[in-house]
Amino acid sequence: MDGPGRDPSTFPPYLYEAYRATTRRAPKQPLIPLPHTLSEITGPGPALSGALHQTVQGAASAEDSDLTTNMGTGTEAMGERIIVTGRVLDEGGTPLPNTLIEIWQANAAGRYRHRVDQHHAPLDPNFLGYGRCLTNKDGVYRLITIRPGAYPWQNHPNAWRPAHIHFSLFGSSWVSRLVTQMYFPGDPLQPLDPIFNSVPAAARARLIAQYAHDVTQDGYALGFRFDIVLHGPNATPFEPYETAQRATR
Amino acid sequence: MTRRDLTPPQTVGPFFHGGLLPEAMNVLVTGETAGERIRIEGCVYDGDGAPVSDALVEIWQANAAGRYRHPADRRSAPLDPAFTGFGRAGTDERGFYWLETIKPGRVPFDATRTQAPHLNVFVFARGLLDHLRTRLYFDDERTNTDDPVLRVVPQPRRPTLLAKHQTAGGRVIYRYDVVLQGDGETVFFTL
Ligand SMILES: [Fe+3]
Repeated sequence: MDGPGRDPSTFPPYLYEAYRATTRRAPKQPLIPLPHTLSEITGPGPALSGALHQTVQGAASAEDSDLTTNMGTGTEAMGERIIVTGRVLDEGGTPLPNTLIEIWQANAAGRYRHRVDQHHAPLDPNFLGYGRCLTNKDGVYRLITIRPGAYPWQNHPNAWRPAHIHFSLFGSSWVSRLVTQMYFPGDPLQPLDPIFNSVPAAARARLIAQYAHDVTQDGYALGFRFDIVLHGPNATPFEPYETAQRATR
Repeated sequence: MTRRDLTPPQTVGPFFHGGLLPEAMNVLVTGETAGERIRIEGCVYDGDGAPVSDALVEIWQANAAGRYRHPADRRSAPLDPAFTGFGRAGTDERGFYWLETIKPGRVPFDATRTQAPHLNVFVFARGLLDHLRTRLYFDDERTNTDDPVLRVVPQPRRPTLLAKHQTAGGRVIYRYDVVLQGDGETVFFTL
């Protein structure tokens, strides 16, 4: 069930039968609208980013934004090296600086470093498959990784996930929390994928990175651009919110 | 400024542990943290009553003095240098998760009303195309009856938001199960 806070032109429904796991996990009762109180207009984002920022200043490796080397074996991960960059913005188009991004993905062969991944594709001993970074003062993030492979799953016969990278962001408030997936342009598996298709048609393009030749580095890696837009707290009339807004601007 | 369309959410899938739990994040307290130590534990269940073994529970809460560590909370209640207020726990094969934290103080609802102590809770899992947003209240709190959020929840469903006070070995445990669907379905909110 969906409610007023989840615009049906953007949000997937919780129950989407083509994605079988939703049938036993989607709530059936209506969602209840929650006003944006101090509990919702705050969130862990600033504190977590601040803690990571301090660590990054202390040790350059803490940001962990290069997945081709962060296994720490001294040997690069196998696969097609890519640069993924973009801006994190709010709905008004304002860039969000110092925002924590966590990512995870399959390796070039379509295998996760995870105990329940049964796909009989090889693990890459030089690829960890997860990392994190912060946006800079202009709201820009930049990751180096390898292009993940497609992988099979059990949803329906001959089901394959299109290549994707999982993204997790906190933003500045509890309202802005987002977990999503970034897809690659021109992937023929996208129209066959119920997870991708759960998003309303008009909004699907927002999940697909653009090839960006200006990001591509000669002799090194292909570049992709993927901007992310986070929800912000609603304007509500009472005083604590007004005070809070001034404080976060 | 150009208005931007929101990026849609997608499920965390089953393989999030490396990305979201590279280290344990379910103990929010140190020896220095102020406040009453509590343990929160429970199980996540699906619509068949089966445990959800690949869920992630996230909490965000105020400190013992009722202050959030966030620039939007500019009240005078003290921050606790030994408490951030964010925690994360994955479920195991029994659907079980636990967190160690402190009981939060009260925070305002609006200019005139105060909320009962609560935790803000997110649930993520394979099969959840967007995360679920809920709250955890404490069943032994008298102020629950005046809480402006609980009051808009239909009375018969309110108990799903109440963590149940227990003690074991002298420790205070609040039991909080999350039922994604069906009988006793947890109340979920939309923001
Ligand atoms: Fe995946």
